[in-house]
Amino acid sequence: MLKVDSIEKGIVIDHIAAGKGMKIYKYLNLDTAQFTVALIKNVCSKKMGKKDIIKIENVIDIDIDVLGFIDHNITINIIEDSMIVRKVNLALPKEVKNVVKCSNPRCITSIEQEIEHKFRLVNKEDKLYRCIYCDQAYDPNKQDI
Amino acid sequence: MLKGRHLIDPMDLSVEELERLFELAGKIIEDPKKYAESCKGYLLATCFYEPSTRTRLSFEAAMLRLGGQVLGFSSSDSSSASKGESVKDTIQTIGCYADICAMRHPKEGAPKVAALASPIPVINAGDGGHQHPTQTLTDLLTIRSLKGRLSNFTVGLCGDLKFGRTVHSLIKALARYDGIKFVLISPEELKIPDYIREEILIKNNIEFEEIERLEHTIGTLDILYMTRVQRERFFNEADYIRLKDSYILDKSKMKMAKEDLAVLHPLPRVNEISVEIDNDPRAVYFKQAKYGMFVRMALIIKLLGVEEC
Repeated sequence: MLKVDSIEKGIVIDHIAAGKGMKIYKYLNLDTAQFTVALIKNVCSKKMGKKDIIKIENVIDIDIDVLGFIDHNITINIIEDSMIVRKVNLALPKEVKNVVKCSNPRCITSIEQEIEHKFRLVNKEDKLYRCIYCDQAYDPNKQDI
Repeated sequence: MLKGRHLIDPMDLSVEELERLFELAGKIIEDPKKYAESCKGYLLATCFYEPSTRTRLSFEAAMLRLGGQVLGFSSSDSSSASKGESVKDTIQTIGCYADICAMRHPKEGAPKVAALASPIPVINAGDGGHQHPTQTLTDLLTIRSLKGRLSNFTVGLCGDLKFGRTVHSLIKALARYDGIKFVLISPEELKIPDYIREEILIKNNIEFEEIERLEHTIGTLDILYMTRVQRERFFNEADYIRLKDSYILDKSKMKMAKEDLAVLHPLPRVNEISVEIDNDPRAVYFKQAKYGMFVRMALIIKLLGVEEC
């Protein structure tokens, strides 16, 4: 079994749906990080079957709304002195700004570049977000963040 | 209070607000002269980034009949959009000159972008294939005035239900009234978008059926809303030619309809309603155009918050 050292001070992003770890890794620009980062894929999980985990040996600002938008089942553990000092459970944010672009070629955002791309949660059960301008649904299977 | 508000989506107005708006429209219809100076000293900007005859003229006629004045442009070529100016900058400038703005734009969501930055009320006069709330107000006022109510109807919507923005807005608005059943009549390719089906009809448990042929259902309808198959909404000319004549309302179909059917159409029509039924009392589409002007008069009064008589 693969062993990854625990971290002394930093952040562990846990319970990431298997396969979404790289998306979050890229979103947080961890590919250019100068500190220690581990992306562990397909970890066995009792609750989820398989999951991804990201361990970051540093304190960085994380937009939890965006992470909640990507995967609201994620938990964020804040680590100090090798101990979890705080757990943050994510929720679906009501609105996300400039995280994904509207894919509707007829939307005003397709021709006016300076407009913020905003998506609003319209159905919590289905985790459905729509463009606030044209009502186009965000499809996580077709659109990357 | 509607003063200072925008109208972007038909759902921006509650059923109660709609009722008060229609009551005012009714008063204007009864005595238009009484309102002839209601908007004296006020200016309406009509910002039309794509061609429109009746919607723009309806807004202009509404403002002029209220004693107000009108300025604007009627295509993007004659505005600063041709120089690359953003909608946001345009509305902030126009907000310095006018008191209220009616905006039509080929891109969906443009009036919403304007409303978010605008110092004056913005009325969506149609944004691409998305929404056309003042047409919805027109449709609702027509039904309410001719039928005396807005509930307990079987409503047929026929033609281009995919790109027809008037259809989307009308479904959203009528879905809030009791006892409405929708019969959605269209070719497979032009069915209503999923979000209308799932989030409006299914979610709110509203009775509806989707069928392909008008003659199979016309006898069950209280209201028939015909739409044009719009050439400009097609990416493909061959598809347009194949589908444009699919649904034509003529005398033979009208023979199968109820005696008190009301046939509505947002106009302009091409050939989806035969001229041979124009004199049928059930054909109310030209009356509807007149109701459109009256409801826009009421809306302008309400959004400007000018004193009502």
